[in-house]
Amino acid sequence: MGKILEINGPLVKLELPQTVIGEQVRVGRIGLIGEVIGRDGDTALAQLYEDSAGLCPGEEAEGLGWPLSVELGPGLLGAIFDGVQRPLQAVREQSGDRIARGVSVPALPRDTRWHFVPNPERRAGSMLAGGDVLGTVQETESIQHRILTPPLIHGELLELAPEGDHTVEEVIGRVRLADGRIEKLHLFQRWPVRMPRPYTQRDHAVVPLITGQRILDTFYPLLKGGKAAIPGPFGAGKTMLQQQIARWCNAEIVIYVGCGERGNELTDVLEFMPRLKDPHTGRPLMERTLMVANTSNMPVVAREASIYVGITLAEYFRDQGYDVVMVADSTSRWAEALREVSGRLGHMPVEEGYPAYLGSRLAAFYERAGRVETLAGDHGSVTLIGSVSPPGGDFSEPVTSHTKEIIQTFWALSKELADARHYPAVDWLESFSGNVSSAAKWWAEHVDPEWESARAEALDLLAASEELQRIVNLVGVEALSSEQRWTLESADLIKQGLLQQSAIDDADSFSTPEKQFTLLAALLEINHQGMKLVKLGAPARRLIEMPLLAQARRWKNQHSSADIAGLKARVAAIPDAFEPLLQEYIQPPSPLRGEGQGERVGAQALGSQT
Amino acid sequence: MKNLEFRTATSAQGGLVVMGGVPGVAAGSRVQLRDHTGRVRSGQVIRTADDAVLVEVFEGTDELDLERTWVRFLDEPFKLPLSRDMLGRVFNGSGLPRDGRPPIISADRRDVNGEPLNPAARAYPREFIQTGISAIDGMNSLTRGQKLPIFSGGGLPHNRVAAQIVRQARLLGEDASDFVVVFAAFGASHADARFFQESFEESGVLNKVVMFLNLADEPVIERLLTPRAALTAAEYLAFDLDQHVLVVMTDMTAYAEALREVAVLRGDVPARKGYPGYLYSDLAELYERAGRIQNRRGSITLIPVLSMPSDDITHPIPDLTGYITEGQIVLGRELANQGIYPPVTVLPSLSRLMKDGIGKGFTREDHPHVASQLFASYAKALEVRGLAAIIGAEDLSDADRRYLQFAEAFERQFIGQGEDEDRSVHETLNLAWDLLSMLPPDVLIRVSEDELAKYHKGRA
Repeated sequence: MGKILEINGPLVKLELPQTVIGEQVRVGRIGLIGEVIGRDGDTALAQLYEDSAGLCPGEEAEGLGWPLSVELGPGLLGAIFDGVQRPLQAVREQSGDRIARGVSVPALPRDTRWHFVPNPERRAGSMLAGGDVLGTVQETESIQHRILTPPLIHGELLELAPEGDHTVEEVIGRVRLADGRIEKLHLFQRWPVRMPRPYTQRDHAVVPLITGQRILDTFYPLLKGGKAAIPGPFGAGKTMLQQQIARWCNAEIVIYVGCGERGNELTDVLEFMPRLKDPHTGRPLMERTLMVANTSNMPVVAREASIYVGITLAEYFRDQGYDVVMVADSTSRWAEALREVSGRLGHMPVEEGYPAYLGSRLAAFYERAGRVETLAGDHGSVTLIGSVSPPGGDFSEPVTSHTKEIIQTFWALSKELADARHYPAVDWLESFSGNVSSAAKWWAEHVDPEWESARAEALDLLAASEELQRIVNLVGVEALSSEQRWTLESADLIKQGLLQQSAIDDADSFSTPEKQFTLLAALLEINHQGMKLVKLGAPARRLIEMPLLAQARRWKNQHSSADIAGLKARVAAIPDAFEPLLQEYIQPPSPLRGEGQGERVGAQALGSQT
Repeated sequence: MKNLEFRTATSAQGGLVVMGGVPGVAAGSRVQLRDHTGRVRSGQVIRTADDAVLVEVFEGTDELDLERTWVRFLDEPFKLPLSRDMLGRVFNGSGLPRDGRPPIISADRRDVNGEPLNPAARAYPREFIQTGISAIDGMNSLTRGQKLPIFSGGGLPHNRVAAQIVRQARLLGEDASDFVVVFAAFGASHADARFFQESFEESGVLNKVVMFLNLADEPVIERLLTPRAALTAAEYLAFDLDQHVLVVMTDMTAYAEALREVAVLRGDVPARKGYPGYLYSDLAELYERAGRIQNRRGSITLIPVLSMPSDDITHPIPDLTGYITEGQIVLGRELANQGIYPPVTVLPSLSRLMKDGIGKGFTREDHPHVASQLFASYAKALEVRGLAAIIGAEDLSDADRRYLQFAEAFERQFIGQGEDEDRSVHETLNLAWDLLSMLPPDVLIRVSEDELAKYHKGRA
């Protein structure tokens, strides 16, 4: 038993010999929890997860003997935890609407009995290795919780409980380890959050994560097991986009970490999630979701921990063979928590007050994503999507720039697009994905071989229109040739008819890959048909007036993913819409019809061809 | 410990006093200092060890010496006495009366730092608050439990806008009478403070307002306490007395600058522009005290006012605020220079929670569409205005010229209004339709056919 020597905000200096760095400590009369971050002789420096007000020098302190760990077992799904895995609903029952300090509630309910079905392959006397599946618990209707042997346990299985109901604390088996010690097995296990959980080997990520968001899936794909960042200034719709991903993506488990964000946003998620159905299984979304919430007014040290709590939970489900998506909103708040703590420790700041180890910490964190072969020989993945909140929207600031070096997919949000109410405000010029060629294989096999070329063509069109827009801003649209105007119009069609996607429109909120490709191909077809006419000499103005263009902008809302046939019928009718104009211009136009410079260029081009 | 006075100060500098040889002082404890003239100041322990205790003195360390300063540790954090009698009163940043009336006596005294609200206990903000200002009510509506800041700049009339909101804000619905205002000004000039006080008195709302004033020539450390005291009072009114509380705080820039000043004295590592790394957490601690709680009737709606240094919205103070609050109302110099009051620049303004507080059952069924249409038409009109600046208004098409007229009328009539003009949301929406009727119905694609038939003047 030691004692408190000094208190400085969340940092306390303790007289506590023989503690290990990273060890949990309990200090003071009200029992605040913290973690040792330094040792000097017999003193230890600890940071507390809660406000230190009221603590006195001289009060007691004790080491708990283990590092910050999470409880892993049935009861996780559907829960909402704080940054150190206290279940917020249970905390509320104990301490009321406000979080009192020193509240201690176990992460997993201790009185719930789970129906355990043992794995028939596990017989007494057989050898058991870390990660082996002991049995299963049907935790929710859509998710079967596989009870795993803790990773570091290897030995002879002495006994395993038969099928029956157990609480997480009851002993369900015994193992004799190599050194002869007997280890008890439970439905749950603990794992230190700052240590990645082991696996057999890394696999190549090959399958794209389908989020149903067209700008993401079609243009900047992310693979299952990949790493993505969503940077954007405030008001650009980061949270909305992340909520859309959490809602619609085809992962089996979604972990949503609200790190230093708004309380009302979490309330929003908590209120709408239970009402929504998983589009892939038809079950309530909450059954596959769990949340870690450290809102911006909750203690900052726990904010630093919350990201690790989230990723460890993700790895645990990965080890059961699931595809897990973890959404972290926002990694900037985590980095700021790191900065705050390092500032208190007197570490030398480098850029904007951030410590020198910011880059390596970020990289190590993102490296916990990946697709792996688990210890049990299954395949599972953790896909990591972190939002970044760059101050003033400046992407050159340290957190954004370090993150950019680490991740493969970058979904840059733009304030200009958001101000123009273009949602999702993903900037098609700033964003990138390093996964396009891997994703192309999947799209070619499952949707259409033309995907890669169609995607490239659309991006070219968007880039060309950006150039043209600059000219228009200087000298007005009249200065453009017909061909250029049509390019501008086609790019606009792609922006409005494909890239813009409404989160609140039922038909539009989620697009299957097939719908995404059909729409893309349709809009490109319109561009081709129109370009053919422009080359024949038709003025762009005639084309822009076509009702088809206004109609095509609404197809995304009119045809839900289930109504692919309806959408395809529209596509088939595109050439018909151009037919009358084509008939008119298939003959060289008479000089009397001349209207614009562009048209004359077109006519000359035609003349030189014939 | 409470009854002992120590005379062991070992150093004093810029608002901080170090006390030696006082063992067992609690972190965050409140402190009373008595100087050689007998004047009593208050302070707070920010760092404590047996051999040295660091005390932050709210009134500053001017005229203190080390030999004749007596310090008493009160063993409790800074607490504010709470009672219904606070309504109609004016306090300083530490909660002491500055209206010459007796202090509040109450057994209910609470730590001004509050405790974080459990996110699982929050209720989502809903329901409309009418401010009587069209640019806010019509296009950036405020909902109960929301935090919606006003981003302004030096010389812009944010104080007048804030005062107008305080005078006019009301709820629509049966609990309209349970509406009170907590007003906090920190770093305010004497003239501003008088303006606010007189403005509330004249309009007769003073008995529904609790005021906390910290003036520009008062100690900066007290400035850090002022919003906390105000929010503690608001929490009491909202969640103990079931009131809907609107908290207006001005000017957050003065607050952040005070925080920076104190941080530098403490030796904290600076992050951006010299502000401490914890500016975000500190602001969030204040802003996040707004909200609603499940199964409680009251609510706290927060309007922080801040002046953006050099009108720069990327400056750390507006930037971090924008990341925490649910939208922003932006005041613009261009409109102000044209004599338009209130100069609300609507395009960068945003109310994230608007959709949950307006429309059928709250304001009027056409409200969401009208707001969206106003944004779209005004954005288009500004584009036309930009074009006209290049090619000249003469070369514009008739359709474009209508947009120009629309922009002009929208700015003068819809955004612009009198400082005493209190428009109901119905008046605001009707006015919006008057203006939208300047445009032909077929360009108004964000409103429905039915709404056009019912409200568009060209259709009648």
